[in-house]
Amino acid sequence: MRSPLGRAIGLGSAKDGVEHWWLQRITAVALAPLSLWFVIAIIRLVGADADSVRDWVGNPLPAILLVLLLIATFYHASLGLQVVIEDYIHAEFAKLGLVIIVRLACFAFVVAGIFAVVSMAVGTSN
Amino acid sequence: MRSADRPLSPHLQIYRWQLTSVLSILHRAAGVALSAGAVLLVWWLVAAASGPDAYQSVADFLGSWLGLLLLFGWTLSLFYHLCNGIRHLVWDTGHGLDLKSTYLGGWFVVGGTGAFTLIAWIAGISSWAS
Repeated sequence: MRSPLGRAIGLGSAKDGVEHWWLQRITAVALAPLSLWFVIAIIRLVGADADSVRDWVGNPLPAILLVLLLIATFYHASLGLQVVIEDYIHAEFAKLGLVIIVRLACFAFVVAGIFAVVSMAVGTSN
Repeated sequence: MRSADRPLSPHLQIYRWQLTSVLSILHRAAGVALSAGAVLLVWWLVAAASGPDAYQSVADFLGSWLGLLLLFGWTLSLFYHLCNGIRHLVWDTGHGLDLKSTYLGGWFVVGGTGAFTLIAWIAGISSWAS
């Protein structure tokens, strides 16, 4: 048995406390250097053909940074899009449905992206 | 009190436009745009992993006028969301929340976004030309 106060402490109206807010900040801090690195890397790859891109992803550092970028990006995006949906969609069913779709889509895209990077990095793709 | 009886604040278009409120909604719009850009990143990576033919179709799309326009929009969105995101992180520490600082920081963000976007595209074009 927990007291009403014990149940309320640390939880806002969203029922999940500061977890959402905090993870959005942590992923933001990660994305600041990662996205800058990504822009510089893309600039160097302008006009590159498939083989040059695969050679580049085949190096450990770009591969690792790309995986980190994908994880931070889609985590940050799912948190941000959830807030946008909760702010503008007021019908409970549509709101819940959209949040679930966004979460699942972000999960699917991050898995697809990581798989592509890993397959190029270990040289199993054709 | 029934919700219909509650007093309502004036509607949005009543207010004069301000730098702070415009930058606030742009941060959200840029974030939504960047989510779409993240999908493009995955498409590009999966195409590169799939082989030269799949990669070429992505490269052709990105090299088209629509593709270049989207890439420019995403560059602008990325640098804006990055600069303004850092402004938000500073606010989270409890600093810079007075009126003067929010406007000063806002103009820094506008200038930084323009400068970084310009530098990135000049570098990108010269990388493509070489």
